[in-house]
Amino acid sequence: MRHELLKEAFEKKKTLKRKLKVYREKTAEKRAADVPEGLYEQCPSCKTNFIAEDIVKNLLVCPKCEHHIRVRAHDRMAMTLDEGSFIEKGLGYITLNPLFQDGYEQKLEKSKKTTGSDEAYMYGYGEIKGFPVVIGVLDSYFMMGSMGSVVGEKVVKSIEYALVKRLPLVMFIASGGARMQEGIYSLMQMAKTSAAVEKLAGQGLLFLSVLTHPTTGGVSASFASLGDVILAEQGALIGFAGPRVIKQTIKQSLPEGFQTAEFLKEKGMVDKVVHRHELKGTLEKLLRMHSGGRKR
Amino acid sequence: MNILDKEKKLEALEAELERLDDEEAIQDIKIRIEDYKRKAMRDLSAWDRVLLARHKERPTAREVIDNVFNDFLELHGDRLYADDASIVGGIGEIEHQVVTVIGEQKGKTTEENIATNFGMPHPEGYRKALRLMRQANKFNRPIVTLIDTPGAFPGVGAESRGQSNAIAENLKSMSRFGVPIIPIVIGEGGSGGALAIGVGNQVYMLENSIYSILSPEGYASILWKDSSLAEEAAEAMKLTSYDLKELGIIDGIIAEPVGGAHRDKRSVYKAIKSMLVQSLAYLSQQSPFELRTSRYSKYRNMGFFQRFNYEHLKGVTT
Repeated sequence: MRHELLKEAFEKKKTLKRKLKVYREKTAEKRAADVPEGLYEQCPSCKTNFIAEDIVKNLLVCPKCEHHIRVRAHDRMAMTLDEGSFIEKGLGYITLNPLFQDGYEQKLEKSKKTTGSDEAYMYGYGEIKGFPVVIGVLDSYFMMGSMGSVVGEKVVKSIEYALVKRLPLVMFIASGGARMQEGIYSLMQMAKTSAAVEKLAGQGLLFLSVLTHPTTGGVSASFASLGDVILAEQGALIGFAGPRVIKQTIKQSLPEGFQTAEFLKEKGMVDKVVHRHELKGTLEKLLRMHSGGRKR
Repeated sequence: MNILDKEKKLEALEAELERLDDEEAIQDIKIRIEDYKRKAMRDLSAWDRVLLARHKERPTAREVIDNVFNDFLELHGDRLYADDASIVGGIGEIEHQVVTVIGEQKGKTTEENIATNFGMPHPEGYRKALRLMRQANKFNRPIVTLIDTPGAFPGVGAESRGQSNAIAENLKSMSRFGVPIIPIVIGEGGSGGALAIGVGNQVYMLENSIYSILSPEGYASILWKDSSLAEEAAEAMKLTSYDLKELGIIDGIIAEPVGGAHRDKRSVYKAIKSMLVQSLAYLSQQSPFELRTSRYSKYRNMGFFQRFNYEHLKGVTT
């Protein structure tokens, strides 16, 4: 079984060479810049139409209702890091279909096409207002940011990269949880990533976890909840089980504002709820306070 | 015909055996029973094993604890909020070795099930488990955990008190302890709720238990939008002990009698005990450092993927 999969993967290598080139080019340029002028975009919350460029300039926050639109990994890098400082690491992972689930490959292909990424997690070296960090971003547009074998491995790799370089780690979480199609392998990624965070803590390195909409399931129940400081983006849905599952289980309606970032702050589960406009500033402040004012 | 129907048929045969007094007829029916067991009750499908894992007569964690460990002393509470009855924990003895035992407890009657919340722990349950594991680590006691839960409880209270945080802290801390940790899945191993006490040096499963990322019903309704396809989902999910052994997730399978653990509980307890003694003897030889690092690398290497070999990428650097 393994033999055949590896063979298949070997054939994929050829296409990957070409893909990598395109991929790197995409990473380099800011996606924010190539929104055509005059294109309208609708806020998913208040349904008002805005010129796309305005929303992009507003860091994908609806100017009317302050709704934080979900951000793609590339955009998140662009809006968080200093221009041109990002160097992507951990390329070349190939997601396989270990349990031979029907339709998994097609779903992956579709997500690859819409996001231009190979997997739901992207990490690398970057600088936030001059402070060097290892940054990792989960992309909720790629199969709901779900954690399969490759995402788990890349998360651990980013932690190990931070360990080797002795840099703070900043992670943006947006995930529906474990990837169902990879079954038990996905579940084991929870243990794997949490253990890696423990290693990081043992070395006295800073781990900032930023929870964005949505953070649920296996990801929230592993490395996402283990940051030294946990920030949450305004209005984000954060929790272990999704609201639909809870409703089904307890057969009652849920309280107003349940499982939002504000609710979690009230319950003492996150350190701070931050507006997207203030996120970079807050991160910079935290990094400065943990670095003894040292910039590179 | 699933295993429960087969079981009914077998029970009918056994009831007949009780009724008869003619020597020849007894012999005849005994042969028929054995025949039936051999022909129909082996080679179970994945769905059969799901049904057996959820069987209402299946030994619960408390039964296993009472019959495998001597002098079990239950310890209560997480020191933060409450005592969760769906997690039972304490100290016990096995072959003159003191161990900490933690198990997820399901009930048999309705009242028991309400008290134990159908085996679905709240955050305070996981925090109690963590407290006991820390204690075990302090006094250098091996930890044995018994997994039997449909999953961590999804509810308003659980979310408010930080279900994900509790599970994450357990996963993180369990990678650090310098004592042997031996999780055994005795029934349902449901998702993060099972893994939260299931990170160990050697992980075992009872033959007819299951371990999966979510229930087959949930899987079918999420991926196929039809929860009635649970039977097919069980087959596709690779959740039986044999599948997981093949995938390298667990280290061993503890054999069950034909027809499931509830049909001969004593043999199951005996099998669990002998396996535990063996495993403890092996792991006790390792130093805390070895236990920690071997556990870490065990989970570090879990996953199934392919990484592109950069040798083939001449001219493109990363």
